[in-house]
Amino acid sequence: MGAVTVLFVVQRPPYKSENARLALTHAIASQTAEIYMDEGDSVVPVIVFVGDGVLNVVKDQQATKVYGVTSTESHIKSCLLIDLPVWVCKEDMARLGLKEENMITNAEDMGAELKTKFVSFADVQKEMESVKHLLFF
Amino acid sequence: MGELTIGVFSSLVGSMSLDFAFKLADAGIGKGHKVNLWLSGNAVMMAKKGQKAFKDYSHNEKLMKELMGKGMEITVCEACAEARGYHKEDVPEGMKRASMDWYLAKMVKTDRLLHIGGE
Repeated sequence: MGAVTVLFVVQRPPYKSENARLALTHAIASQTAEIYMDEGDSVVPVIVFVGDGVLNVVKDQQATKVYGVTSTESHIKSCLLIDLPVWVCKEDMARLGLKEENMITNAEDMGAELKTKFVSFADVQKEMESVKHLLFF
Repeated sequence: MGELTIGVFSSLVGSMSLDFAFKLADAGIGKGHKVNLWLSGNAVMMAKKGQKAFKDYSHNEKLMKELMGKGMEITVCEACAEARGYHKEDVPEGMKRASMDWYLAKMVKTDRLLHIGGE
């Protein structure tokens, strides 16, 4: 079968529901999915934040301090650390008045090389058309 | 025949998504397809045996057991279940528990994936 591409589309904001967190934790779980797969098979996830979902990528989240739970920010940084692409829709950021300087752009503090990619919705649509499976959260 | 994997993330009570998923699974199995079901997030409410059937609330245990008897594989997210106080001994007979990578791995071989998000 080989590599199967999967796109996680997050359209809900953080903390109000579990959706964004579940998208991130499921995407990260691709790293250990091989224990259930045949040799040579793999799942290649990309996670993209669109609509109100772009709010998940706002930096300096205080969830650990305020709620005592892991922040969405730390999950996003974990994605970057394991080279899992994180995309954010530029048009939806603009709609909410967000600039790149407001966002999680990297996880250099964790030693990650991969950076957040700010993309147009046309790029998101192109990716949606190319992947095998599409999951909306 | 094909293989269908359904991932459900919404709760048993307060949403009809699980009811829909079981009806779709029933139809798929009826047509000879292999069907897998992944329950995560609030959908792990299905991972508690002995739920009472009230007319006012969704109750899928009977259909779920029938479908498992016909070969449907149902796996529930272990972390999501434990976080809600549903333990191993609570799980209905035939239902499995696994970590999220089980769902990811199913995406490789399945012909179609239907992901039903949470509330």
